[in-house]
Amino acid sequence: MNNPQPSSDSTLLLKTFFGLLLRDLRVLSRELGPFLLRVGMQPLLFLFVFTFVMPHMAGGSPLASVGPGFGSVLLPGLMAVAIMFSGIAGVALPLSTEFGVTREIDDRVMCPAPVMVVALEKVVFSALQSIIAALLVIPMAIYIPATPVYPDLHRWWLLVLVLVLSSLLAGALGLAIGSSVSPKNIGLVFSIIVVPITFLGCVYYPWAYLDKIRWLQIAVLFNPIVYISEGLRSAVTPQVHAMPAWVVLPALLVFLYVLGRFGLRGFLRRVIS
Amino acid sequence: MLPRLGYSEEADLPRSGVSCIVIVEIHALTKIYEGKQRVTAVDGIDLSVNPGEIFGLLGPNGAGKTTTISIATTRTLPTSGSVRIAGVDVVAHPAEARRYIGVVPQYNTLDRSLTIYENLYFHCRYFGFTHAQARQRSDELLAQFLLSERRKAYPSQLSGGLAQRVQIARAIAHRPTVLFLDEPSAGLDPQSRMAMWNAVQGLRKEGITVVLTTHYMEEADALSDRVAIVDHGRMLAIGSPQKLKETFGAQTIIHLTLRHLDAAESVAAELRLRPGVQNVELAQDSLRVFTNGAEGLLTDLIQAASPLGLRDIAISEPSLETVFIQLTGRDLRE
Ligand SMILES: Nc1ncnc2c1ncn2[C@@H]1O[C@H](COP(=O)(O)OP(=O)(O)O)[C@@H](O)[C@H]1O
Ligand SMILES: [Mg+2]
Repeated sequence: MNNPQPSSDSTLLLKTFFGLLLRDLRVLSRELGPFLLRVGMQPLLFLFVFTFVMPHMAGGSPLASVGPGFGSVLLPGLMAVAIMFSGIAGVALPLSTEFGVTREIDDRVMCPAPVMVVALEKVVFSALQSIIAALLVIPMAIYIPATPVYPDLHRWWLLVLVLVLSSLLAGALGLAIGSSVSPKNIGLVFSIIVVPITFLGCVYYPWAYLDKIRWLQIAVLFNPIVYISEGLRSAVTPQVHAMPAWVVLPALLVFLYVLGRFGLRGFLRRVIS
Repeated sequence: MLPRLGYSEEADLPRSGVSCIVIVEIHALTKIYEGKQRVTAVDGIDLSVNPGEIFGLLGPNGAGKTTTISIATTRTLPTSGSVRIAGVDVVAHPAEARRYIGVVPQYNTLDRSLTIYENLYFHCRYFGFTHAQARQRSDELLAQFLLSERRKAYPSQLSGGLAQRVQIARAIAHRPTVLFLDEPSAGLDPQSRMAMWNAVQGLRKEGITVVLTTHYMEEADALSDRVAIVDHGRMLAIGSPQKLKETFGAQTIIHLTLRHLDAAESVAAELRLRPGVQNVELAQDSLRVFTNGAEGLLTDLIQAASPLGLRDIAISEPSLETVFIQLTGRDLRE
């Protein structure tokens, strides 16, 4: 009996995945301006206000007295926020509309690959955007603050690992939100989930500084963003006290697995009834 | 043209080996939606579609047509039964089955972020075409479906008829063996509908098998080689439109709409005895007289029905509609 050549099947899978990625790149290329504004505006304003305007104010900023320079605390934090927000904006928002009234996702779901490939492509594409968004923060932190903040790239391998895992994690969270929330409610989810987990994600302060509020320090351990900020902190600003890599990396993996499963399950449920 | 068959497991071999010539094989298919209330959307459907055929699923809204198509196109899981597309089981090997399937769903699912050309181009890429192949195929389709001038337009700028044409072009871009069209003319103006019919008939030349659903009997009649009539998830009859008309509804139906139905039963009984009258049925506010020809009978009928307050007379020539009424006792429009 004629057996299919297994190689041809996996090549088709790769080609399909690549095709889906190309489609998303094409769409992104059309709105490159809005994309850059979306991912760049927040860190830009943050750095401008807190590390340029405040230090120039009479008496200096009270924030400036927090530990080893607020800029160094902010750099990894803002990278974490950038990663998170692109994950949501890059997957959850488009997915929610494509699942909604227009059902635009249908044609991609009908491609000759397991449905899961379509979901994985979304996560990977969103991760690419997250990485770009995070890297954009680095030059901003050098040029905007009154005192430039240079990242320490000695542990570049840790930066790469944390960046990749965090970006995939953000994509998985975006997938979970996008496939379980209707377009009508997506704004609400933004305010009741995304904003709180960002503010309580050790973005604007290192986790270690929470030791006076013990219950909060423990509660935030369930927040995946904490590991993103702390991981980046231990990679790019080793002068600030941060969680060690051997805690951060496994935690990121666990959250990636849990959210990834949840997101994939939600996606499958939406496309196959 | 026989589809390329690829099997990984012995158990999945089609019964007749490679020479299997059934493109769509639906066997004892059922689908029950478990929800607040159980809905049996598909209730034991068996049918096979042959290569090159245009096959119509005709039935009223809620008959289970969309559900049947969704299962056959891997989008819904059956409760029991099986569907094979070109010999591939859609539940066991959905990704492989999708290579042979093209779909035009009931609603417009064109990618709103892409131009018409890009909708076709990326569809080809999803199916493994190289850049050059995808570009060539997209240009070819734009020409074939008279869309070349609109290649740079976005789906939101297209009329319903044009969008439908793009959807058909996209659905056949990867050269599927079978194309599923769900209510292809829903919401189209008569002119676009004709254009769509032409496009579908044109597919026959390319050797593409077509399965379409519709609740317009004219459409089923005009387009299909064979029609399956479905209602409440069951298949009531199957055959060519001609054969169905001969078997079930070779009769003209005269609808007599009445004001008073009190004495209708006795009038019906009396009419049944007249020569030329096959049967008379009582419907909501009318009598349905089944006959082989209306000539000569009309004056008699008018006389007989006048005491009941005859309001209106309508004549249905033999058609799939009269077949449907014959089979279900209901109007397809009801
Ligand atoms: N996702 C669903 N959940 C529950 N019931 C459904 C669902 N989809 C369809 N149905 C029900 O199944 C029946 C058949 O629907 P459908 O297949 O859409 O019919 P048709 O396409 O012939 O109009 C209807 O009663 C419909 O309400
Ligand atoms: Mg339907």
